[in-house]
Amino acid sequence: MFPAPFEYKRAASAAEAISLITEYGDEAKFLAGGHSLLPLMKLRLAQPTVLVDIGRVGDLSYIRDAGDHIAIGALTRHKDVESSPVLRQHAPLLADATAHVGDRQVRHRGTIGGSIAHSDAASDIPATVLALGATMVITGANGSREVPASQFFTGFLESALLADEMLTEIRVPKMGDAKWSFIKFNRRAQDWAIVGVAAWRRGNDCGVGLVNMGSTPILATSVATAISGGASVADAAALAASEAEPQSDNNASAEYRSYLATVLVRRALESA
Amino acid sequence: MSDQVKVSITVNGRLTSAEIEARTLLVQYLRDHLGLTATNIGCDTSSCGACTVHMNGEAVKSCTVLAVQSDGESVTTVEGLAIGDEMHPMQQAFRANHGLQCGYCTPGMVMAAISLLNDNPNPTEEEVRLGLEGNLCRCTGYHNIVQSVLACAKGE
Repeated sequence: MFPAPFEYKRAASAAEAISLITEYGDEAKFLAGGHSLLPLMKLRLAQPTVLVDIGRVGDLSYIRDAGDHIAIGALTRHKDVESSPVLRQHAPLLADATAHVGDRQVRHRGTIGGSIAHSDAASDIPATVLALGATMVITGANGSREVPASQFFTGFLESALLADEMLTEIRVPKMGDAKWSFIKFNRRAQDWAIVGVAAWRRGNDCGVGLVNMGSTPILATSVATAISGGASVADAAALAASEAEPQSDNNASAEYRSYLATVLVRRALESA
Repeated sequence: MSDQVKVSITVNGRLTSAEIEARTLLVQYLRDHLGLTATNIGCDTSSCGACTVHMNGEAVKSCTVLAVQSDGESVTTVEGLAIGDEMHPMQQAFRANHGLQCGYCTPGMVMAAISLLNDNPNPTEEEVRLGLEGNLCRCTGYHNIVQSVLACAKGE
């Protein structure tokens, strides 16, 4: 299988990438690691007529300690996120969740920004940055804007990114001494999660993100509200699917997913 | 609109270049343009790992990399491992430990295993199994594959 024909443009900088995407508009797509986009193109589920290759925009591959948060360049590869000492210290939930993405070969190519911009509810990273309360930095021709993760994922494979904008940085709050857990439930190695949970807890504060529990990654706010009100983990976890709208598919029914979410959230918070 | 691109890719130490369609996948470039057919296409959807090669020393699935994304980079296939008549230690370990049955997954499995040991020279059995999760063996010959990788790590 190969993709439908397209015109190939290589950007040397973020500014050139935005200039190219502005010029070609809706017909163009950014190509980063390509591990979400190329499979879609091979299956003809996506047929952009122009690809703007940003894979060599080196100034967007970094992990920096920025005081109260860690700044991650959008083109930082999964491999570099999972093995980063800075993230292992200050945002271990993100580093650990990233180690669950695909397999080693996929993590050598795929990028954090590509995964978030693709906005797949079944992907591990979107739910994790949602749980962590991360901020997305979006850059367009007229400058940058910041969008909280809670407002970024707007629909099935849709995000707050406009056609001529680029996700350039992800800001992840430092987790301090919070306990955390990432659980991915699947039946075969390397599969997508049937349900996944990214959770952290510090005293009565917690954040819980759900993988594959709706058309977008889900922030389980009812769980967090219950924990902050002093509820037990078991009682709070029973509310895990309150915000979710899971689908039925070959792997699991919606009912099974909802029940599984309550079990996995309980386990995650018990070990967090 | 031009969808043709010129690429120059170092493959197994030799500089190659060609004018190709931009949509050409790295695995097609290797097999169809260079005639290096040891790298197999299995699932063609980045699941099975049969097409695993090294790009700048790291294992990647060449069915999910455009050739043009490798422009200027260094690619190694299983054909590039042996030095003269002497097989790479991982190839020798697969042979000595019967780490293959039908052989279809073997080129990708060997390349993935070498990449794994580059990052983790002394893995546990569990780390080998996890590290090779991106490579499927339809013969289900995983046991001897894992033993081969462990033997190679121990220098056996």
